[in-house]
Amino acid sequence: MATITDPVVRAHKREVIEKAVLRFCGDSGDGMQITGSQFTNTVALYGNDLATFPDYPAEIRAPAGTLPGVSGFQIQFSSSDVFTPGDSVDVLVAMNPAALKTNIKDLKTNGILIVNRDAFTDADLRKADVLSNPLEDHSLDGYRLFPVDLERLTRSALQDLGLDAKSMDRCKNFFALGMSYWLYNRTMDLTYKWIEDKFKAKPLLVEANKMAMRAGYNYCEATEAFQVSYEIPPAKLTPGTYRNLSGNQALAIGFVAASQKSGLPLFLGSYPITPASDILHELSMYKNFGVMTFQAEDEIAAITSAIGAAYSGSLALTTTSGPGMALKTEAMGLAIMTEIPLVICDIQRGGPSTGLPTKTEQADLLQAMFGRNSEAPIPVLAPSTPGDCFWVAVEAARIALKYMIPVIILSDGYLANGAEPWRIPNVDEIPGIQVKFATDPVGFLPYKRDPQTLARPWAIPGTPGLEHRIGGIEKQDVTGNVNYEPMNHEKMVRIRAAKVEGIAQDIPDVVPAGDPDGDLLIVAWGSTYGAITAGLKAGRAKGHRIGHVHLRHLNPFPKNLGEVMSRYSQVLVPEMNMGQLSMILRAKFLVDAQGYNKIQGQPFKQAEIEAKIEEILG
Amino acid sequence: MTTATIPVLTKKDFQTDQEVRWCPGCGDYAILSAVQSVFPELGIPREKFVVISGIGCSSRFPYYMNTYGFHTIHGRGPAVATGVKIAHPELEVWLATGDGDSLAIGGNHTIHMLRRNVGIKVLMFNNKIYGLTKGQYSPTSEFGKKTKSTPFGTTDRPFNPLALVIGADTSFVARSVDVFQQHLKDTLRKTAKHSGSAYVEILQNCNIFNDGAWFDLTEKEARSEHVVQLEHGKPLIFGKNRDKGIRLNGMETEVVHLGNGNGLTEKDVLVHDEHHPNPAYAFLLAQMEEKPGFPTPIGVLRSWDRDRYEDVMALQIQDVIAKRGPGDLSQLLRSGDTWEVR
Repeated sequence: MATITDPVVRAHKREVIEKAVLRFCGDSGDGMQITGSQFTNTVALYGNDLATFPDYPAEIRAPAGTLPGVSGFQIQFSSSDVFTPGDSVDVLVAMNPAALKTNIKDLKTNGILIVNRDAFTDADLRKADVLSNPLEDHSLDGYRLFPVDLERLTRSALQDLGLDAKSMDRCKNFFALGMSYWLYNRTMDLTYKWIEDKFKAKPLLVEANKMAMRAGYNYCEATEAFQVSYEIPPAKLTPGTYRNLSGNQALAIGFVAASQKSGLPLFLGSYPITPASDILHELSMYKNFGVMTFQAEDEIAAITSAIGAAYSGSLALTTTSGPGMALKTEAMGLAIMTEIPLVICDIQRGGPSTGLPTKTEQADLLQAMFGRNSEAPIPVLAPSTPGDCFWVAVEAARIALKYMIPVIILSDGYLANGAEPWRIPNVDEIPGIQVKFATDPVGFLPYKRDPQTLARPWAIPGTPGLEHRIGGIEKQDVTGNVNYEPMNHEKMVRIRAAKVEGIAQDIPDVVPAGDPDGDLLIVAWGSTYGAITAGLKAGRAKGHRIGHVHLRHLNPFPKNLGEVMSRYSQVLVPEMNMGQLSMILRAKFLVDAQGYNKIQGQPFKQAEIEAKIEEILG
Repeated sequence: MTTATIPVLTKKDFQTDQEVRWCPGCGDYAILSAVQSVFPELGIPREKFVVISGIGCSSRFPYYMNTYGFHTIHGRGPAVATGVKIAHPELEVWLATGDGDSLAIGGNHTIHMLRRNVGIKVLMFNNKIYGLTKGQYSPTSEFGKKTKSTPFGTTDRPFNPLALVIGADTSFVARSVDVFQQHLKDTLRKTAKHSGSAYVEILQNCNIFNDGAWFDLTEKEARSEHVVQLEHGKPLIFGKNRDKGIRLNGMETEVVHLGNGNGLTEKDVLVHDEHHPNPAYAFLLAQMEEKPGFPTPIGVLRSWDRDRYEDVMALQIQDVIAKRGPGDLSQLLRSGDTWEVR
């Protein structure tokens, strides 16, 4: 654990506040994601609750200084519970005119605006299609504007190191980070450590980045640029050991945990795709857990290699996003037909087609539910927060292995890249996963099922006496032989459906948050959790009787869901799609589920949920 | 513990109770029979065999082999087999596929499996036609071929399957023929001995949709003139009277006549080296069948050892474990910066 030293004692005014929202934005080459994650780690280690929202372009390097190249990182941190990265921003750090132009609308009136003045030359303004200089034309009068010569000040701080101008300019984000640390009374120790580790091969850059950050901090101290700095005390979280965790990291370590708990080696077949690739990156580091990561030649080989690994006794996994899901559909059918345990992670992004690779969406639900030829049901799970991804990974593995079935996890870009403090569980808090391979040749038949779960036996190659054939052709009940008889086919279709439906007996009932009955039930899934939780709190504070059910299991639904919905006069389903869960709820329960749909590649804001509740109940 | 003895297996041990449903007279029967004859000779326990396939007539193969078997989906057999091999390098994985399954829909998986050198033995039944879908042309059908989907003839050029896989740096490349039972069995034995990727093209007759596709090679009269049998260390000689040979002339192969007064003898003929370090050599052999007047080579074109993908991966895992120690879940959960909330 890093040690935390007290911030430098100063004479200026220090104000204790409950929470703050800070956003760094700049060119995608300006290091905004690094700046944001450094700030996040420092804040997390201090003990604040937090939520982050990295928002970056699909292009690795759009032309510098242009609008499409703007990359942002937002964090809300607080001494109380945080559910979202925040609707609007208290402090905006903008590194150039393009970043200012695209982000200023989210800054609160009278909010703090730190701008890199060196990037506001006429040429810079032209690149961002800005006609008049906002630093001079009074268009920013509603904010507390702090134009800072970030480049000039960074260069002068580093002048003795003998670096070229370009290398010095690359440190300016650390100058801005140093300013932010001063503003929120944070120690720089953790980032010092990170810089030392990151650039350990280049001592000069260690020196430069540390000096730049220190210079930013001292600049605030010396110039008294800000009259006030802010103090946000640690949050009262459930006691325990915490770390900061993103959704993709959580999925990765969740699968390692499931592998350890089941005693099965973990196999990942994957093809790089945004925003899922980080799971592959993460798991490829855990070779000492025996994890096999196979970067396949395409999405189809990614899933079919996983099917091969599962067939021969591994806990098998494939990870992708929407376009990859489309390519994997035939293979999912094969896994359904051959009843092989497999976990498929779809980290959803905006679509259709290539769509918005780096933006979030929840529009693959119907694809996950129905996007295969014929009757091909699959259990579907959805995590609600970055940390929840860990638990959903374990749950998906449990269902896949217990029921001998492929399982889909629907995460999304917002969960994947967003981070939150995560209470680290003890290993024994993680449920055990029992797996039994078939070994006894007496009475063995490949499709003779467990009467309880309807799972077929898992007889892996290498087991003497259990040689058998499986495949994508319809199976005869019990024997698993190729069979084309009409009644057998109907029977098998019904068995495959019943197996999925039966899982409802093995998952917890839903318990609504908020009021157990009343005027409105919000039913939702996935990454909308935070905004709805915050919106619900606000709505109930106004006296409305509202409940919230956030579904982790989307197929099958928890068995009491219909009954719970009947306790409320209205049902609202906010989703980042055109109304996919609401369509299923309406079809399944004949309930008048109203959709509230946002399809902008951006998560819901708390205020949007609040306003919708008011619109319905107000 | 006593040393496990491998029970003596017979051809019958590899036959299933499933009725074989290929058309009467199909070349697949001969291939099945050869495989079922060779497997028991290999001294490998039956449960170690996994026969995997894609889609097509050839891909029904696993159902008739009393081993572990997986009839997967069209073209994806190599990827499924790769997953099996990575998870269990000790298994003996054979892949039954055809010219459509391996070279059309599964072309991508095929080349990547081969370049990685995953230890999978591929039996590619080449009948130059789509049989299961009833008679459309395939990626190996000759240019201009009239089929159900090309009533006026094809307009695309075929793949030369062995040239293709040599291009992917396949470590074992061979060709045999369904009706040459002894040669086929012999080729299968050599295939079984190879540890890396092995790609065997088996010229196979579809007597329903493309009857006689290989008659030039298989008819008794034509056989000796149109086939040259490759044997390591032996000269490339063919012809009814063994009076023709293949000679290397610069970057070209040429057919030469021996002993007809031109002074050329066996010594002037190319001596086959299946371990030739340069794949260009095997490539020259593979291309011969396309050249007018040249025989089609059968046997092992190329065989050389290189590391198998699954072994390299397993070694890397062992290496990391040796360096970092076996993974500790509790430590993993606590990795990175942590803090206590009391």
